[in-house]
Amino acid sequence: MSPSVRLQEMIRVIRSARTQGEERGLIQKECAAIRAQFRQSDNGARTHNLAKLLYVHMLGYPAHFGQMECVRLIASPRYSEKRIGYLGAMMLLDEKQDASLLITNSIKNDLSHSSQHVQSLALCTLACMGSAEMCRDLAPEIERLLGASDSYIKKKAILCAVHIVRKIPELGELYTPLACSLLSEKNHGVLHSAVVLITELCERNPDTLRQFRKTVPELVHIMKGLIMSGYSPEHNVAGISDPFLQVRILRLLRILGRCNDAASDAMNDLLAQVATNTDSSKTAGSAVLYETVLTVMDIRSESGLRVLAVNILGRFLLNNDRNIRYISMTSLQKIVQTDHTAVQRHRGTIVDCLKDQDASVKRRALELSLALVSATNIRTMMKELLVFLSTCPPELRAHTASGIFIAAERYAPSQRWHIDTILHVLITAGGDVRDETVPNLIKLITTASELHCYTVLKLYRALITDISQQSLVQVACWCIGEYGDLLLKGECDDIEPMQLTEDDVLDALETVLQSHMSSPASRAFALTATMKLSTRITNNVDRIRSIVSIYGSCIDVELQQRAVEYNALFKKYDHMRAAVLERMPVIDKSSPGDTLGDLTGEVTKDSSLSKPVPGGSTLPLEPASQAFDLLDLLGQTDTVPEASHAESAAAPDPAGPSTGRDLLDLLGGLETTVVPSVTVYEKGGVSLKLQCDSQTETAVTLTFTACNSTQNDITKFTLQAAVPKSIQLQMKAPSGSVLPAGGHSAITQTVVLSNPSKTNLKMRVRLSYSNQGMVCQDTVQIDSFPSPAWT
Amino acid sequence: MQFMLLFSRQGKLRLQKWYVPLSDKEKKKITRELVQTVLARKPKMCSFLEWRDLKIVYKRYASLYFCCAIEDQDNELITLEIIHRYVELLDKYFGSVCELDIIFNFEKAYFILDEFLLGGEAQETSKKNVLKAIEQADLLQEVSHHEGSRFVD
Repeated sequence: MSPSVRLQEMIRVIRSARTQGEERGLIQKECAAIRAQFRQSDNGARTHNLAKLLYVHMLGYPAHFGQMECVRLIASPRYSEKRIGYLGAMMLLDEKQDASLLITNSIKNDLSHSSQHVQSLALCTLACMGSAEMCRDLAPEIERLLGASDSYIKKKAILCAVHIVRKIPELGELYTPLACSLLSEKNHGVLHSAVVLITELCERNPDTLRQFRKTVPELVHIMKGLIMSGYSPEHNVAGISDPFLQVRILRLLRILGRCNDAASDAMNDLLAQVATNTDSSKTAGSAVLYETVLTVMDIRSESGLRVLAVNILGRFLLNNDRNIRYISMTSLQKIVQTDHTAVQRHRGTIVDCLKDQDASVKRRALELSLALVSATNIRTMMKELLVFLSTCPPELRAHTASGIFIAAERYAPSQRWHIDTILHVLITAGGDVRDETVPNLIKLITTASELHCYTVLKLYRALITDISQQSLVQVACWCIGEYGDLLLKGECDDIEPMQLTEDDVLDALETVLQSHMSSPASRAFALTATMKLSTRITNNVDRIRSIVSIYGSCIDVELQQRAVEYNALFKKYDHMRAAVLERMPVIDKSSPGDTLGDLTGEVTKDSSLSKPVPGGSTLPLEPASQAFDLLDLLGQTDTVPEASHAESAAAPDPAGPSTGRDLLDLLGGLETTVVPSVTVYEKGGVSLKLQCDSQTETAVTLTFTACNSTQNDITKFTLQAAVPKSIQLQMKAPSGSVLPAGGHSAITQTVVLSNPSKTNLKMRVRLSYSNQGMVCQDTVQIDSFPSPAWT
Repeated sequence: MQFMLLFSRQGKLRLQKWYVPLSDKEKKKITRELVQTVLARKPKMCSFLEWRDLKIVYKRYASLYFCCAIEDQDNELITLEIIHRYVELLDKYFGSVCELDIIFNFEKAYFILDEFLLGGEAQETSKKNVLKAIEQADLLQEVSHHEGSRFVD
């Protein structure tokens, strides 16, 4: 190939290469020729060569050897060479390259060149790739050009100033004085650039912002001129006069009107006018309306105007153009918190957008729908969201699932609905839910004691249909293990009864154990559930024994360990088996690690779940103490502790931390004051008094004083306490555990309650002591406290 | 605007204008990933997408995709108008422009873009003025080229 082949010829040749390898070869040859040419000092084809190199660069090949050639060409007196040289600089040099500094001088010279076009090249290059150093050097030159009389150069100089301000914000001061006067220009190019510059200056400097607020009337005037002017062929786009300029002015007005009543007032009429008069049938008009809406929502506009803006967004929602719908939802998302009711009016359309084909639109609709869920529309919204979950693209499923959970947590009209909803999500998208879902759901189920039968039947049905969704499998196994007896009874009010045999249930669990789809965690759940059933069923205990012993030689270490321990429970510790595998206590919702439980939500929700223990049954409290007593006992032997560990591991994060501490805490802390005390319990000579030591907005410190007026010493005296879920309890160590006879001395114990959500304070206290060898226990409920903290 | 890319249906880059300083490697990476993302989109989909932390506005004209990355506060709809204006300018200049025009005259496509946008912002909102400026510059280039050259190719 001859070295002087034209650019277009080269392009043709390269394009005709049939393989990547062929192309590479051609380009290598060409680059070698170009390099040789560059080394020659005087060469009339320099522009062609650099252009060829730039083409090669665009294809992705290295072209750094052209950098110096760019520098040389920029310094050339010929316009044709400067033009390509500057283009090369913009493509090959960026501020990170050292060579870029070499062109600073050339740019400086060219900025004062006699030809406008040369000046233009310099300005363009500086604004595109000027580094901070270059900007600092050339800032005064730009300032000079801002005052130039020619609009062609002025508009470019202004945008150059914008770039300089972005690189070195302090230099904004240099351009601020001139910027103000630029608004009186007639030339749209200059005006547009001026608005951009003023926007940039105001965004960076609050003082400048204040200064420019006084330009609001002028800006309003310019806008009015644009809207009211007749057809101007030069600037018309689809019936809108210079939409680019209109949009920029609106954006500047937004910044000036923000947090300022006077400025907002001054632009109120204009915004109303733009909003009503702009024709939005084409993109240009919609762009202007969009910017107007953004401005109205951001400044201190009057309510009528805001309503107008939201209505525009509502209209956009119904637009055929998908882009407009997307924009509308993005804007609605921004205002959904502040103008909730206004946006609620468009809920129907937004929910329809969930069915749109486009993933971006779907995502926006999802975000908005989740934000619009409220106590009144929860049932209908949830139906839509669940339908969406089953059809939505995979990347949105996790987000949808967690959004549904949060909404359900906040607004569930009933526990059954809540459980149903979570089950539905697990069945549809169990693979995409977060890990905490399983323990959270289990907590929820344990609190809804009247629904245990319903829940376990439903879960059993789901389990036998599909065992691929691991979270569902885990919850189902846990429930079957826990409530297997209810499951076998098979009767339940709200759901079709099922006649199940013990074998059916064990079959289901074995299927999970054996299936290759089950994760190790699920199998662990299933094994523990099987074990628990040994105390809840009557006939097939042998079958359970054999299952457990089979897994004693399982490859999975966790399963093997559990199986071995359960085996031990059958063999050596059979007498304890019933106690160990008893019904679990209600899990405290506010224990650590519970993320969803932190949302306390509305009052109605609180009252339904804030009872410390579900109605009538004090049963949960007993197993708790027994279980922990057992833990204590078992802690001393070597082999069996794992059983209790395994059992508590199967019930994730039980109330262990908080109540355990209450029961076994033995630290110091005595307080006796002469504050009025209330006797909360008196029986058999043992009395318990309560007084309030101190009280703040969200915390109360109480002291219990126990006294013994019998003839005998009372030993092993302990207090246990339970409080509603939103309150945190900390029991300090009692002063002792012996109550001498005759009431000579008392035991005191301090309790600190923290109640950040100020719910009604209730406490249930259990006394336990030994009197003449007999163990006595009693429970008392305290509803009112000496100094009423909250009523 | 942070950058503008023009690429074909096969993912070949036809023009790249960067208004932010990035290394060559970063530019290549961004280009590759963004091109893949945009090409994967179906025909009737929305012209806007969120990619990394940028807003991307793209539009397909015949066999070329025009793709811009804008900042958070920028108006997406007006960016569509900017893209459209650029296409109109190319069309007027080349006379019914097609992809081949841009391939074989890429430097001219750049020159036109540089007369319309400066530092990522529109500098001239009148189509007529942009075209007039290009015409004058081209004339100047012709004159200067023939004036000084001794080797005529």
